[in-house]
Amino acid sequence: MGIGLRQFAPGHRTCAGCGSAIVFRHVLEALGDDVIICQATGCMEVTTTPYPETSFKVPWIHVVFENAASVATGVKRALKAQGNNHTRVVAMGGDGGMIDIGFGAVSGALERGEDIIIIVYDTEAYSNTGLQRSGGTPFGASTTTSPAGKKIPGKQEWKKNIAMIAVMHRAKYVATANPAFWADLQAKVRKAYEMEGGTRLIHIYSPCPIGWHVDPSKTIKVAKLAVETGLWMLYEVEEGKLKINYKPKEFKPVEEYFKLQGRFKHLLGRKDIIEMVERHVREHWEMMEKVEKEGIDLPKLV
Amino acid sequence: MPKTKDLPGGIIIDVGSTARNKTGSWRTFRPVVDLEKCTGCGICEKFCPEGCITIKKVKGYDKPKCTIDYDYCKGCLICMEECPFKAISSVVESK
Amino acid sequence: MAREVMEGSQAVARIVANCDVKVIAAYPITPQTHIVQELAKMHADGLIDCEFVNVEAEFSAISAILGATAAGARSFTATSSQGLALMHEVVFAAAGMRLPLVMVIANRALSAPINIWNDHQDSIAERDSGWIQIYCESVQEVVDSVVQAYKIAENKNVLLPVMVCMDGFYLTHVYEPVEIPPKSKVHKFLGKFNYPYKLDPKKPLTMGPLGFPADYARLRKQLAEAVWNSKKVIKEVHDIYAKQFGRVYGDGLLEVYGDGSIALVAMGSVCGTIKDMIDKDELKDVCLVRIRTFRPFPKDEIVEVLKDRDAVVVLDRNISLGNAGAVYLEVRDALYDEKDKPKVVDFVVGLGGVDVNKATLNYVVEKARTVKSGHVEIVDGSEVSSSY
Repeated sequence: MGIGLRQFAPGHRTCAGCGSAIVFRHVLEALGDDVIICQATGCMEVTTTPYPETSFKVPWIHVVFENAASVATGVKRALKAQGNNHTRVVAMGGDGGMIDIGFGAVSGALERGEDIIIIVYDTEAYSNTGLQRSGGTPFGASTTTSPAGKKIPGKQEWKKNIAMIAVMHRAKYVATANPAFWADLQAKVRKAYEMEGGTRLIHIYSPCPIGWHVDPSKTIKVAKLAVETGLWMLYEVEEGKLKINYKPKEFKPVEEYFKLQGRFKHLLGRKDIIEMVERHVREHWEMMEKVEKEGIDLPKLV
Repeated sequence: MPKTKDLPGGIIIDVGSTARNKTGSWRTFRPVVDLEKCTGCGICEKFCPEGCITIKKVKGYDKPKCTIDYDYCKGCLICMEECPFKAISSVVESK
Repeated sequence: MAREVMEGSQAVARIVANCDVKVIAAYPITPQTHIVQELAKMHADGLIDCEFVNVEAEFSAISAILGATAAGARSFTATSSQGLALMHEVVFAAAGMRLPLVMVIANRALSAPINIWNDHQDSIAERDSGWIQIYCESVQEVVDSVVQAYKIAENKNVLLPVMVCMDGFYLTHVYEPVEIPPKSKVHKFLGKFNYPYKLDPKKPLTMGPLGFPADYARLRKQLAEAVWNSKKVIKEVHDIYAKQFGRVYGDGLLEVYGDGSIALVAMGSVCGTIKDMIDKDELKDVCLVRIRTFRPFPKDEIVEVLKDRDAVVVLDRNISLGNAGAVYLEVRDALYDEKDKPKVVDFVVGLGGVDVNKATLNYVVEKARTVKSGHVEIVDGSEVSSSY
């Protein structure tokens, strides 16, 4: 049986080469059958549940865009009140639903330490509505609302760091993942599944070939390069301790990553910007490696 | 489309029913597996967005091999790109 | 059964605690605060066996009780004004998803200017959402309506959310003698919460799908019919409740008080003042037609009680800006097909907590005698002498 088919049927209307569909397969396979999924509006909601059809084989609810974490809160509390302590409740949403418009609900759930799993599948833009800029969009990316123009070369702000924001809320478990590293992704979801009490948040890189202007066959190639260039760090924070799960021996040049994607093509040859992005990557790694090496205590659930 | 009775609020109890929708009709390029080269490593299976690749026993080979369900394959060719043994190639779909 | 003097908000909390509610989500807003504070205290003292979620916004309060209801737990929240406006998106979704939520609204004006006092603009703004709306006259009616609301909402032929509306301050903060029906009796009346399509890994289903035009239109039609058809169940539940608990509120939809040829049509706590004036013969030839259930709108019933009057004077504690009060518009529409239509006029009163006292009512009735049908007037209080 194909990956995650037991939970997630084919026939959904995601684009060919959709990274989020790969992410969903692995997440749902790792979660298994004893779950309830509460999903935010987005690509993975509209493409999977065109009435009267649904791709999901596990219980699934969608309400609106910005409340997945709050719906999950209610579902979990209802199960608890009914004496069901085994079923896991999962809030799933994209960068729009979880990092931007639904951020308040995510923060509220984290602050209350809701016993739920929050999955953020990050396509780094509003893919569902035609790739508009979001808080997850990386610096320099051209989107339909941060277009690369004659004067402004794409988005001029850095990406919101939802994983570390979750850490600062004393989340029970925080991890980042990437579909190119599917075994690591599944292990992290499984770890979050096995835990009880406290909020677990996993932030997952989710390539959007159509929106990023990437050849559909290169979805995984791009995902792998995001890690090899250091732009996407794979780590987890548990009990206040940071562990970086994968360290490239040598960072590949950011330009290699940019080259594959139309959203960055205006930056090719822009040494100033590429150097700035690489410096940003280095500084992020220096900070995180220092935290890891020195065993610095991050906020944890007590 | 089979006629179903509407439940209150449009609840769907026919789970997994998008399987009725054969997305194979979208395909422009068709991935073709060279069973001689395929080692059955399963990398293609892990990266297929449709979940339409399985590694299973095929006639004439002892080891399990990559098998593509063309009913759902949209022809993205991630499998071809990621195959470490170059066992998958593509042809233009003809109907 | 014994009556106790208590604050309206406390009475709401006490009855919610008796309804076998499993999940309460709360976010504070004046004048709803005393309700959730009282519930929080009862929860902290172990007097309610439920999950109590202090959410970070009203948007999450309704989202959480929606999720809880979908997962098979009877739930509760309460809000007011800006809080209800913030919930707006989920208010519509809850009805569209046919989930039997119950929410108490402590009615309060909407900004701007910001104002914490009572009118009905907040819940009237949600009248098109598909929720059943019950407007209460007294604290006792709020208590009884909360119990009835769960029974109506959860009826298999209804499956709609219900708002129980109580005037902010006038009812939330007033001390009145109230009877709180005991837990055992309420549990027996309501039965166990049994939403038939709950989220359950043993019986997986999908809730809240995407509706393409034809499916959307058909499902919205199904919803519209469910709201219309709920009238029957609202009346039945009211009657059964009346038999078991001994209190009657008209026929559950409408209440007529007095028999004058001029009908004052109103909703909420102001009806108490009107009844008092009728009793004391302070309003000549006036009767009260109190709309208890504004949604579904009791159109046929209202025509029946209004068609033979000389004049219909609507008191609206809201205004559909650019037109007139919402109650007036619907009452006038209901009478359109009558041959000898009475005169119908509208007075928008009590906006943002302006007192609607005997002087106001006198002014309205006297003015109504002199104006033509179709007269719409906003009474801001300056028209009325304070030395009544």
